[in-house]
Amino acid sequence: MIRIEPREAPSRLLTIGIPVLSAMLALLLAAIPLTFAGANIGEAYQQMAKGIFGSMFAFTEMLTRATPLIFTGLAATLAFRAKLWNIGAEGQLYLGAMAAVAVSTGWISGPPILLIPMILIAGALAGALGMAGPAYLKTRFGADEVVTTLLLNFIILIFIQMMLEGPLKDPMGMGWPQSSPVVDNALLPQILPRMRLHYGLVIALVAAVIAHIMLSKTVWGLKLRAVGENAAAALHAGIGVKRTLMSAALISGAIAGLAGVSEVAGLRGYLTTDLSPGYGYTGIVVAMLAGLSPLGVIVAALFIASVFVGADSMSRAMGVSSYLADLVVAMALICVLVGGFMARFTIKITPSNNTLPTNDTGVA
Amino acid sequence: MEILEILLSENFWAAALRIATPLIFGVLGALICEKSGVLNLGIEGIFAAGAMAGWMAVWLGADLWTGLFFAALTGAFFGFIHAILTVPLGLSQHVSGLGITMFATSVSYFTYRTALPQVSSPPRIEPFQPLDIPILSDLPFLGPVLFQQTAMTWLALFLVALVWWVYNRTPLGQALRAVGDNPDAADAQGLSVYGLRIGAIVAGSACMALGGAFLTMSAFDAFFFGMVNGRGWVCIALVIFASWRPGKALLGALLFGAFDAFQVRLQTEVGAFLPSQVFLMAPYILSIFALVIVARRAEYPRALLTPWFKGQR
Repeated sequence: MIRIEPREAPSRLLTIGIPVLSAMLALLLAAIPLTFAGANIGEAYQQMAKGIFGSMFAFTEMLTRATPLIFTGLAATLAFRAKLWNIGAEGQLYLGAMAAVAVSTGWISGPPILLIPMILIAGALAGALGMAGPAYLKTRFGADEVVTTLLLNFIILIFIQMMLEGPLKDPMGMGWPQSSPVVDNALLPQILPRMRLHYGLVIALVAAVIAHIMLSKTVWGLKLRAVGENAAAALHAGIGVKRTLMSAALISGAIAGLAGVSEVAGLRGYLTTDLSPGYGYTGIVVAMLAGLSPLGVIVAALFIASVFVGADSMSRAMGVSSYLADLVVAMALICVLVGGFMARFTIKITPSNNTLPTNDTGVA
Repeated sequence: MEILEILLSENFWAAALRIATPLIFGVLGALICEKSGVLNLGIEGIFAAGAMAGWMAVWLGADLWTGLFFAALTGAFFGFIHAILTVPLGLSQHVSGLGITMFATSVSYFTYRTALPQVSSPPRIEPFQPLDIPILSDLPFLGPVLFQQTAMTWLALFLVALVWWVYNRTPLGQALRAVGDNPDAADAQGLSVYGLRIGAIVAGSACMALGGAFLTMSAFDAFFFGMVNGRGWVCIALVIFASWRPGKALLGALLFGAFDAFQVRLQTEVGAFLPSQVFLMAPYILSIFALVIVARRAEYPRALLTPWFKGQR
């Protein structure tokens, strides 16, 4: 009979090796859709590599693309660690962007040292607010946060549309539903001349380090992990489960909101409803590839950004649909799920007999 | 005054049932999966896959019913992947489901774009036509509301009855409920927990895909990116609202359809005073509201979200 048994403890090598292998496997599997599209596979991979490492500009574009993914990946990581399923980072990102635009399109003036922190705080607050609702409905009424956050993504996007056709509409925008431009003093400066890469990346990296410290070195992090691993036991141990969940929700939402600020003030300069091509959802893949480790999020975001930028450039050069990137990202998620399983368990095939294993280790 | 006129008009109720149809398939599919103990968040992607696969089959020359079969098969395929990940492997049902949604959506979009690289207006098929049943279709009120719907609406209503019958009147239904409520007891009775759960997820996912196929093969006649637009997530909310009962699931879908049809009509009446987005938001807000009301009282399948391994107590 075939038995599935937990390993003693997954080795460090496996913890890091499995996601890396999964990512590579997903990239290799891209050969299947490429074949269907009739593309020369070798050339396609070459074009992808060229699209990432081919020039300084290409490389900084990849880093630019990784920036929002680090934020949304962190947002998912912190929530998922508490087993709080925040699938609403997409909506929280837009709320953050909207708040940033609302305070920085002209009616307040000041030096960057004042305006930039202000839009960051406004965006973080808006994102936190976006997650406060679902977290309240969960802790107060037991409403499943997966459904509420997913539905809120749609509500928020429609709300943004409404704002962009109403109060936030750019009077000089020739009728397009877009916001007025962010004032120069509130823009996140570029890191290198003539490249789009901006200081949002630095903020994202700092956020990852802070999240790492909070999660592994503070009492709050300990509580969060305890609630995530066993809420009943945490409650029994005297941990305020609801409070911990609520704080995780607010911080997760705030970080997702920062993704919106970074995109709107670092890259676009104004808000439209196509600010994010699903960064909120992709953040979930980033978090899972990172094994829910904040520092791992950085690496995972770089990988996913490479897939997107590489596939975009390859599809422009070879006429293959750029939905290939989404396909690779989805396959990476499925591969890392299966890989994670193999890291935690071994499959034992033994001759059939009647002895029952006495192992009662819980399974996450 | 106008509100009453809307509520009494036959084309309002016909629209409500039409809007409800894909949701009926979706809620039933979600119900079948969850009754066996497994949440299937792949629904949003499976809708897209069903919409694309059914449409594509017909566009390539198959007849409509073959197209539907192909859509269901596609749904079953993605359901099977979710089943393997969540049942024998016992992985997180949330994350696996979201992965299936991403996978199914991107496979559908990629396939569509690869088959039709550069089309400005999406190609059309000849979709299901309203059944024009002699005599019955001419009945006042009931005729237009019930008997001028397409065959897919009737298929949906038939499936509600079938699912009710299976779960309440057959040993199979009892077994399916048992693995979702108490898998240990089911196992002790000699039922195959793995087999029943996998079968339920595959069947439920096939059903979800039919809901997607309704969009491209009955409601519209072409495939658009983003056409599912959260319908799958609405179904996940509705199944909780329905407390996992097929009859209440039908009621929930109909209420949602009625509300959606109502907001469209209200918009033309009072649209001048409110931005149109207020009406677009309303159905999603309603879903959250419905969820909050019933959340505490909902009778969740007791083993929902809990993986079960053979030989481990």
